[in-house]
Amino acid sequence: MTGVIVEDVEHGRPSPLALGDLDRLLLIRHFENALLRLFGEGLLSGTTHTCLGQEHVPVALNPLLREDDFTFSHHRGHGHFLARYGEEAGALLAEIMGRRGALCDGVGGSQHIYHRTFMSTGVQGESLPVAVGMALRLRRAGHGALACAYLGDGTWGEGSVYEALNLAALWGAPLLVVVENNGIAQSTPTERGMAGTIEGRVAAFGIPYLRIDSIDLAAVRAALTGPVAAVRKDAFPLVVEFVTRRLGPHSKGDDTRTPDELRRARAGDWYERYAAAFPRRFAEADATWRRYVDDLVAEVSARPPAQWTVR
Amino acid sequence: MREPVRAERVSEHLNRALHDVLAADPTVHVLGEDIADPYGGAFKITKGLSSRFGDRVRSTPISEAAIVGTGAGLALGGDKAIVEIMFADFAALAFDQLMNFASKSTTMYGRPVPMPLVVRCPSGGRRGYGPTHSQSPQKHFLGVPGLSVLELTPFHDARALLEDAFAAGRPALLFEDKVLYTRRMFRDGVVDELFRYELVNGLARVAVEGVDGHDCTIIAPGGMAHRALEAMRELLLEHDVLCELLVPARLYPFDLGGVLPRGRQVCVAEDGAAGATWGAEVATRLYPVLWGRLARPITLVSAADSVIPAAPHLEREVLVHADTIRLAVLEALA
Ligand SMILES: Cc1ncc(C[n+]2csc(CCOP(=O)(O)OP(=O)(O)O)c2C)c(N)n1
Ligand SMILES: [Mg+2]
Repeated sequence: MTGVIVEDVEHGRPSPLALGDLDRLLLIRHFENALLRLFGEGLLSGTTHTCLGQEHVPVALNPLLREDDFTFSHHRGHGHFLARYGEEAGALLAEIMGRRGALCDGVGGSQHIYHRTFMSTGVQGESLPVAVGMALRLRRAGHGALACAYLGDGTWGEGSVYEALNLAALWGAPLLVVVENNGIAQSTPTERGMAGTIEGRVAAFGIPYLRIDSIDLAAVRAALTGPVAAVRKDAFPLVVEFVTRRLGPHSKGDDTRTPDELRRARAGDWYERYAAAFPRRFAEADATWRRYVDDLVAEVSARPPAQWTVR
Repeated sequence: MREPVRAERVSEHLNRALHDVLAADPTVHVLGEDIADPYGGAFKITKGLSSRFGDRVRSTPISEAAIVGTGAGLALGGDKAIVEIMFADFAALAFDQLMNFASKSTTMYGRPVPMPLVVRCPSGGRRGYGPTHSQSPQKHFLGVPGLSVLELTPFHDARALLEDAFAAGRPALLFEDKVLYTRRMFRDGVVDELFRYELVNGLARVAVEGVDGHDCTIIAPGGMAHRALEAMRELLLEHDVLCELLVPARLYPFDLGGVLPRGRQVCVAEDGAAGATWGAEVATRLYPVLWGRLARPITLVSAADSVIPAAPHLEREVLVHADTIRLAVLEALA
C-alpha cells in the first residue's frame, strides 16, 4: 500500500460537499477565528493553537471513524474534537474559557481534553505509545475498533514516536496515525527539523503509508475507506500523511513567516476553494455558522466560572 | 555593551548574559527548539544570538532527550553547551540524559570528567498555560549526585551564574520563572523605599537596613522573590512583623554559605507542588544549625498537591501568592 498518493488536480473544482460536511468545516473555522479574536480582545488567557487551514483533515476522516474508536490529539486539537463532537462546541469553548459546563471543569483547558473516546495532551509525542496500548486493548475486545492518533510533522523529532511505531508494527496494533504535515513546527520549517521523509521513516518499520495532498473530502474518503477498514480487520498500523497548511500563527501573534510564505499557505485553503466552487450555498452556510459561533461566544462568556467538582 | 539607564527586565538581562557568554567564549554553544532568529525562542530569551554567532546557536527538532544528550557530548568533547528546554515541564523528557549520563559521568569513570552543560528551563504558572506547561519541577531534579539545580533571580548576575556553572564542571539545570522574565532586575543594593539587599556568599539577603529583631526569615528561590517581597511589605506595614528574605541562586546542593537566618521563625516558600519539596531539603539542612534557636518548626509553603489547572481562577487556588506567604508567616508567629 505504501506510496499510494492522492493529489488534487492543480486547484481544480472540488467535489460537492454534503451539507453536514460543510457545516462541520465552517463550525471549526469560525470557532478558531473566534478564539483568536477573543485573545486579541484580552478575553482569553493562557494559550491556544488554532487548526485554521487544517479543518478538512478531521472532517474528512470523521465518517471513517466509529464511536468506539479512540482518538488521541494534541495541542492543535480543537478541529479534531469538533469534527467528532460538533454538538459539544459550547462545552469545548467553556473549557477554553474556564466557564461552567466545561468538558473537563476548566482544569485541562485548550490542550488537555478527555471526553468519551477523545483525549488530548500538550506534550509532543507522548500519546503515540499510549495509543498503541489503547489499540491493543481495542483489538483484544474484538469489535474492530481502532486507535487514531494525530501527529504534527515536528513531533517526529520525539523518540517515543519511533518506539511506538516499532511496538505497533511488532504487535499488530490497529492504529491509525494521522500526520498533519503543515510544513512547519512552531517557527521551524519541516526541512530544518526532519532529515529524510516521514514516508521513508515509516517504511523502515514496514508500516503501510499513504500520502494525501487534497482538500477534497470525497477524494480523501475514497482513498482511505478501504485502508482504514483493513486496519480494523487485519489489526495493523497505518500512517497517513496529509499535506496541509497552517494559516494562522503557531499560537497567537507568533508568526515569523514572510508575507510570501503566508500567501503560499493561504493559496490552497479549502475555505476559498469551496467558496469559489459553490458560491451561493457556501455564503449561506458561512453566514449561518458565523452567527452560530458568535452566539455561542456570547452565551458561554456569560456563564459563571467553571467549578472543579472532583479533585 | 553600555549599561542601561533603567534596570533591565530579567528577560533582557538574561539575553544580554547569553550574548556576553557567547562573545567571551568561542567554545560555548546554545541549542533549543525555535531559538534561532527571527523567532528567538518561545520567550525571546535567545533573540539575536543566532544572527550574531552563527551555527554555535541552533534551532533544534523537537527532541529534548537528544538535544540535552548532544549538549553533554559537546561538553564531553571540550566545548560548553547551553540547552534551552522550551517549557520546564519537558525537562522530564531529558531526565535520563541528566541523571544517568551527564551527572554520573562527572565521577563514574573513576576520575573527574568535566561536564560544562547548563540546561535552561522556563518554569512556573500564573499564565494559564495548563497542567503540562506550568509546572515548577525543580524538586524532581534535587538529590542527583553531580547535578546542580540553579534558579534565576532578580538579584544575581546571570552571566556570572552561567560562567560559574561551567567552571564547576558539573551539569546544571537553570530554572527561570516565566513571570520573573517580565520583571526588572534589582540594582545597587536597592529593592524599594523599604528594603535593601546585599549579596553575601552567593546569597541575596533582603532586609530593612539597620534594624534588628527579625520576626521571620523567608527563604525563597528567585521566581518567588517578588511575591515574598510583597508579603514582607504587608507584614511590616499592616502587621508590624519584620521579615528578611534570603534568595539563593543555587537551590541544590543547598548551602547558606555561612549566612545565618536572623528571624526567630523561618519560612521556606517555593512554587513546586507539595510533598518531597525543596523546602523540606532546606529545612533538613537548617535544623542542625538553628536547633535551640528556633521557637517552632520551619514553615513550608508550596503549591498544592495538585496539577495546575488551565482556568486562571482555578490555577490561582493551587499556586502560591504573596498572601499565601503572608498568612503562613502570621499563622506560624501566632
Ligand atoms: C515535548 C514537547 N516539546 C515542545 C513542545 C512545545 N511545542 C508545542 S507545539 C510545538 C510544535 C509542534 O509542531 P508540529 O508537530 O509540526 O505540530 P503543529 O504545531 O505544526 O500542528 C512545540 C515545539 C511541546 N508541547 N512538547
Ligand atoms: Mg507542523
